[in-house]
Amino acid sequence: MTEAIHTSNAQRVLPSAPSILKAIYRNFLLRRLLKALFTIFVVITITFFIIRLMPGNPVDIYVQEQINLYSMTYEDALAQASAMFSIRLDQPVLSQYFDYIVALLHGNLGNSYKSVGTPVATMIAKFLPWTLFSVGLSLLISFTLGMGLGMLMAYRRETILDYILSTIGSILSSVPNYLVAMTLVVFLGVQWKLVPLAQMRGSLSPGVEIGFTLKFISDALFHAAFPIATYVLTTVGGWMLTMKSSTVAALEEDYVAVARARGLPDSRIMTSYVGRNAMLPLFTQLAISVGFIVGGSVLIETIFVYQGVGKMLIDSINQRDYPVMQAVFLIITISVILANLLADFLYSWLDPRIRNVGGKGA
Amino acid sequence: MKNSTVRIVRNILDDLWRFLKIMAHNKVGFIGFLGIIGFILLTFVGPYFVPLSMDTQITKIYKPPSAEHILGTDFQGRDIWMQIVHGGKDVLIVAFLTGVISTTIAVTLGSLSAVLSGWFDWIIMWITDIFLTIPNFPLLAVIAVFVKLTNVWALALILSLLAWPSLTRSVRAQVLSLKQRDYVEAARTLDLGIRHIIFSEILPNMMSYIAISLVFSMTSAIYAQVALVFLGLVPFASNNWGVMLSLSWARGALYYKDSLLNIMAPVMAIAFFQLALVWMTRSLEEIFNPRLRTSV
Repeated sequence: MTEAIHTSNAQRVLPSAPSILKAIYRNFLLRRLLKALFTIFVVITITFFIIRLMPGNPVDIYVQEQINLYSMTYEDALAQASAMFSIRLDQPVLSQYFDYIVALLHGNLGNSYKSVGTPVATMIAKFLPWTLFSVGLSLLISFTLGMGLGMLMAYRRETILDYILSTIGSILSSVPNYLVAMTLVVFLGVQWKLVPLAQMRGSLSPGVEIGFTLKFISDALFHAAFPIATYVLTTVGGWMLTMKSSTVAALEEDYVAVARARGLPDSRIMTSYVGRNAMLPLFTQLAISVGFIVGGSVLIETIFVYQGVGKMLIDSINQRDYPVMQAVFLIITISVILANLLADFLYSWLDPRIRNVGGKGA
Repeated sequence: MKNSTVRIVRNILDDLWRFLKIMAHNKVGFIGFLGIIGFILLTFVGPYFVPLSMDTQITKIYKPPSAEHILGTDFQGRDIWMQIVHGGKDVLIVAFLTGVISTTIAVTLGSLSAVLSGWFDWIIMWITDIFLTIPNFPLLAVIAVFVKLTNVWALALILSLLAWPSLTRSVRAQVLSLKQRDYVEAARTLDLGIRHIIFSEILPNMMSYIAISLVFSMTSAIYAQVALVFLGLVPFASNNWGVMLSLSWARGALYYKDSLLNIMAPVMAIAFFQLALVWMTRSLEEIFNPRLRTSV
């Protein structure tokens, strides 16, 4: 009797499997989290098949090199390659793939090929913070600046100010960022000698200790100034134009008219009514923008010789340091996915409508 | 017989005139359009007038602009203007091919996805979502190491493979909104078939959108392509804007005053071409969307 009650209770309390799935699907944040995990999994799969199955894969090249250079036996070379790529090469491809994922889950990214014995993870820990710092700060600056200027353009639309800002915005957003970077170097750094370019190379001056000191922060900003200027210049145009059009759209909404009729102060209408709603399309764009900036860091960091993951990727590509290459690509992608997740969370905080609608909002 | 040929020619000229008049309606767009025409003439007709000679001339290294060399000479004494004229071909062709291939894929998958909906839509949207979060350029750089991208077709194909997902998403969104219109509903009640609905009802109404997407995918193709060449990941023949950029950068052309043009000439060529493409979209909008024309 008691048992029967117990089971019927359990049945009532525990929802069946499909309804759990449904609940997850309905929950915006959970859905996004699952999608992020799945995307990371896909990227890991892609990188695995690129390093293992593409023609001219690094594993075969490495094994061949070891045999030719050091007249190693095939088995020895294989064992060494296995240690480096953290894949057991004597296994069939599917179980190699499995091993690779298990190794990654343990944080084992393999060892560098050129600087022998250095774990890739250590190298990434050294380079990644600089990219996160410069890219993060420039996103913040260009997002805020673009939003402000966009709103200004919308409020003063069809004036000379709007015309000038629109033209500048459209020019800035259509010129590739590496060309802007080169132009900055050529004119500010070399021809007009306005900034000490040689001293600005790298991510930190020698002798400056990492810590929460004024010296460290100002030196870090000094070295990141050029990359940040480039990222801001090339992305601010897009934000401005999007913000302008969405602000113009928001200004025509009924709730703004009602707010005006209620006699609310203009500043309050501008921030809580127009601004908050006009910002929403920018957050959806943030996802694409983060990927683009981080991707662009590969070029920008190379041009300014800034020691971030972007330059690390290109260096490893040029040296054919495959384990580093693959790990950096993975890290870059994961940081973009995490940034997107953050943008989604911010979006759902700004726009409560999409939180629990279940597929309708996204 | 002769009369009909004359009439055909006159019709074509009339159409062309009308086209130009609409293009000229938007000033910024028309400037972009003229720029594109200029670039096409420069890269495809120009080489017939400016002969190519890539031999080193030691006596002429880094010469400033003169009547003989209007943009000066590079680190090997070769004329820069000549290299600009000959260096656009790869860039323009790859951009155009990528634009056409990726737009075709995007329009097909995007409209099918919106019209069919269900599991097909679901799968396509998952794929596009995933691709949108993977940073394109690093992926491209990694792929370029394994796949030898030595000719324009291979490069265009790889660039298109990375470009279609974002386009597909926006085409799908467009079709979804068009699907709700009355005339599409009517076609569906009449049971005219998916082919008819897509090709006769929906696509003609989003031509402006497709044309603009094509132009934007061309700009991102130029971005990626020049970047790959600049980083030395795509081995290309000597005369190409990207190669010029890469060589002049590597040779330190920026450190001398007289060599400034060696770097700035390709920078300007690429930047102006991009800008012209983006500006031209404003006129394209008016060509395909008559409502914009009458309202202005």
